[in-house]
Amino acid sequence: MKYAFFPGCLTPVMARHYELSTRKVAKKLGVKFIDVEDFACCGFPIMSVDQETALLMAARNLSIAEGLGLDICTLCNGCASTLTEASKKLMHNDRLREKVNEKLEKIGRTYKGNARVKHFARVLYEDIGPEKIKSQVKKSLEGLKFASHYGCHYLKPSDVYDKFEDPEFPRSLDELISALGAETVEYEEKMQCCGGVILDIDDKIALAMTQKKLDHVKAAGTDAIILICPLCGSMYDRNQRVVERRFNVAYNIPVLYYTQVLGLALGLDPKGLGLDLNRVKTSDLLSKLA
Amino acid sequence: MVITKLDPKFKDEVTKVPGGQNIKRCFQCGTCNVGCPVREIEEKYNPRKIIRMTVLGMRDRVLSSDFIWLCSACYTCQERCPQDVRIPEVMNALKNLAVKEGYIHSSFAKRVELVGTQGRLFPISQFDNTKRKELGLPQIPPENKEVQELFKLTGLNKLSSTGGGE
Repeated sequence: MKYAFFPGCLTPVMARHYELSTRKVAKKLGVKFIDVEDFACCGFPIMSVDQETALLMAARNLSIAEGLGLDICTLCNGCASTLTEASKKLMHNDRLREKVNEKLEKIGRTYKGNARVKHFARVLYEDIGPEKIKSQVKKSLEGLKFASHYGCHYLKPSDVYDKFEDPEFPRSLDELISALGAETVEYEEKMQCCGGVILDIDDKIALAMTQKKLDHVKAAGTDAIILICPLCGSMYDRNQRVVERRFNVAYNIPVLYYTQVLGLALGLDPKGLGLDLNRVKTSDLLSKLA
Repeated sequence: MVITKLDPKFKDEVTKVPGGQNIKRCFQCGTCNVGCPVREIEEKYNPRKIIRMTVLGMRDRVLSSDFIWLCSACYTCQERCPQDVRIPEVMNALKNLAVKEGYIHSSFAKRVELVGTQGRLFPISQFDNTKRKELGLPQIPPENKEVQELFKLTGLNKLSSTGGGE
């Protein structure tokens, strides 16, 4: 298993613990990542402004991966959906691909339509699988209760993803969590959006969306939220204190990337999983494991 | 609203922008509103109404509004829409048209500037690369020349230099 590693814009700056733990568990499970300096923004942030430029940016990244003979593995749900959608459009629509190539050729690139895209969580679920992960668990997480949060763009638009998951009642992340021995807890409005996409447009609305999820997770009683997207992570973890202050509430809910708990279960050194970089302290959680 | 102020061709204009193709299929059931997490908090975001206003031809009201910028792109409505209107994509089409008319939310003008100059939404500072090095993570280049060229080719670089209003 070899992929062109697409860390995206947010992860390398604000979710280094996600990147770090991903690289560690990938190595342990035999997934090889090739770092690609030329990759840039996937295009999602400017889709609202100009879809043509957004598609060109996605196509440029795809053409770079294609040139290396590799498929792309992303960490961010937004990058995953944007690049997957572009790859599908450009695979099936020759006229659109020609139009895109007219401009790409001016920067010395061309895209033939062959690159595929997968989120790392999907690589874990499909390429490796919960059963194999279960068989490699060295330190069961039994006794811990986790609330999974998939993030919208991991599942939707579902036609872009060939409906690999049910967008209303997904199971894959819960199965990946169960494979580690932990219990998954259900909670109200599980599929609720984190609001991250509109944080810079209207933070009142965005943070109120974040608050709703934190309320529901707290009511369910859990040791942590487990997620797979750096934008969701920044809303629930980095902005948890902001939400607490603004709405005069207290949560103190640890928010971990799946790759971090996977690393713990695989017996990797907790220091190498960036657990000191989570904003809400993870020490209580870790002491439960000890 | 006086009928002469309506632009009956607006809906056709929207269908020609990528993502806007299916807008005329909407039969106003309101399924989009029911599942919308933004609307649950702020009623001024009303996707059903935005589509109705568009189909009626309220061109200026729609394109100059602040509410078209509030879609969080969660795609809940898109999955549930019985007519496959693909509402988040319609919102993208409307926002693209709004930008062409000179209306752009200031946050998006900022996004264009960041992505167009650095090739990424979240800039990489020296500090970030130092932190990355400490963790054993590879360095990330702080800018991308090819993206700058792409923005020149599509003219989006001009948008970022003028900034735009709200």
